[in-house]
Amino acid sequence: MKQERQNRLRHGGIWFGGQILRAAALIVLVSVLAFFLVSVSPIDPLQTNVGQAALGAMSREQIEKLEAYWGVDTPPTERYLSWAFDFLRGDMGVSLLYRRPVAEILAEKLGNSVWLLLSAWVCSGLFGFFLGMLAGHRRGGSADRFVTGLSLVVASTPSFWIAMVLLLTFAVQLKWFPIGLGVPIGAASEAVSLADRLYHAALPAASLSIAGISSIALHTREKMIEVMESEYILFARARGESEVCLILRHGFRNILLPAVTLQFASVSEIIGGSVLVEQVFSYPGLGQAAVTAGLGGDVPLLLGITVLTAAVVFSGNLAANLLYHVIDPRIRKGGTE
Amino acid sequence: MEKEILRIERLSVSFSQYGRGLARRRLSAVEELSLSVYAGEIVAVVGSSGSGKSLLAHAVMGILPYNGRLEGRIWFNGEPLTQKRAAKLRGKELCLVPQNVSYLDPLMRVGEQVTGGRSSPSRRGKCKSVLAGYGLEAGVERKYPFQLSGGMIRRILISTAVMETPKLVIADEPTPGLHPEAAGRVMGHFKEIAKAGAGVLLITHDIELALLTADRVVVLYGGRMIEEAPASAFSDETKLSHPYTRALCRSMPKNWNPDGERLCDTGDILSYMRKEYGR
Repeated sequence: MKQERQNRLRHGGIWFGGQILRAAALIVLVSVLAFFLVSVSPIDPLQTNVGQAALGAMSREQIEKLEAYWGVDTPPTERYLSWAFDFLRGDMGVSLLYRRPVAEILAEKLGNSVWLLLSAWVCSGLFGFFLGMLAGHRRGGSADRFVTGLSLVVASTPSFWIAMVLLLTFAVQLKWFPIGLGVPIGAASEAVSLADRLYHAALPAASLSIAGISSIALHTREKMIEVMESEYILFARARGESEVCLILRHGFRNILLPAVTLQFASVSEIIGGSVLVEQVFSYPGLGQAAVTAGLGGDVPLLLGITVLTAAVVFSGNLAANLLYHVIDPRIRKGGTE
Repeated sequence: MEKEILRIERLSVSFSQYGRGLARRRLSAVEELSLSVYAGEIVAVVGSSGSGKSLLAHAVMGILPYNGRLEGRIWFNGEPLTQKRAAKLRGKELCLVPQNVSYLDPLMRVGEQVTGGRSSPSRRGKCKSVLAGYGLEAGVERKYPFQLSGGMIRRILISTAVMETPKLVIADEPTPGLHPEAAGRVMGHFKEIAKAGAGVLLITHDIELALLTADRVVVLYGGRMIEEAPASAFSDETKLSHPYTRALCRSMPKNWNPDGERLCDTGDILSYMRKEYGR
């Protein structure tokens, strides 16, 4: 018994070490790729941030100083390596545009985005799961046709377009929600309450959730259909279990596992979608900072954001893996008995 | 004479199916089948795969798929068995013992499945005693289906029927994958159920096993009933009327004799049957 537990612990340790290695490899590759893409991008940081006219009026020395500041005169490999060594020592560098440490900006932007991302993630998961169950319960029924149709329409609609439609309808026409930004205009930061933040995040979160619902609903529906056609549902029916009982006792239990995996895997979609949606609502979050950094050639900030989001997405997938081990009895007990 | 528990008269089951384009055709799976089961009796329905055996079970239980159509009449315990009545009685007086582990929810502890959602302390107690009665160790109700062997699963499935006081138990292929000794034990359990006063409809493709336990044997081919005979008739094939049944009888190892092949060519019979029954 003791031996067995030790074995399991050792296996767990090896598995976890492997995951950490994978995460490290992923982050290295992602940062290299992001850096490579910025260096081949045709954007000249001087022209973009200083402006053509101002650049023309400057003296040679001034321009050289600026070039040194933006790192135009240093070869790319050298720039990447110096960033990477600093990063390993825990220093993410200073943002060229904001002139503040990258870590500080990331904390601030992530603080803004976290409400948006979290609420969109939870809403799309819950609604998608519920709609998928409803549709899959009776394949071909009216609920199924409605949910499938809705999901297909939403899946083929870009999230920024949904964001604009919501903005036009609920902010401009109906005036139920603010038209943008993360906090009320002109309010001191101490006076901003959590309710204010949620109120401002409502529309962006709604656009993100709507865009995220379709894939979860369609996948859940597929699984639900499979479960409803299974032999154990047939047998449960033969034993006189009611329809509600069938769905709650057997359906729910059996589609929960794939839904959880899907939900954690959808973290990447939510973060990806937030870049566009935050842009539409001028929401000062991580996504908008990524766009600003990319267009302005702010390499340290862009790399910081890339590494951070890669880490978040990776932990989402890791969490799904771990949860599977906790929830599914076939995996939990399979190895030990 | 014991009470008649189940009477099936001219039962047909057919399916609508979309063929090429929008052409819709009906596919008949069971045709004009009639049989009766009395209390305390085991009736075996024997047939090769695709002969409509399982559909017969599903039709009686009222759990045919949505595109299945049922014709003919079924009486249960003296009264017509409508879909509504079947829905009310199934799981109580009308129990199905399914084929294999795939009929159990893979993510639910077996104890919870044997009690069937109506989990009161007294039911849990009964569940424990029923499982113990089948020689399953204590604590088995806390296990998941994947942790149990084929033989244990079979006994769990039978337990689901014994939890109630059924008047009719339909056993759909209860023995495949079991070695003869275990299969014999399972059959013993069904004999006990019959002895307790229920009718048992045993659906199987294993003629030897059917003869071992059943009082009467009904032979199906291609969805039609071709013979109904007492189990004893199979020891003397002259008592059997249909050539297919006789061939079936002779195919059993204990009835095999060296000149059997000359007396009856199974291939001939099968090709005749295919022509006659269209499948």
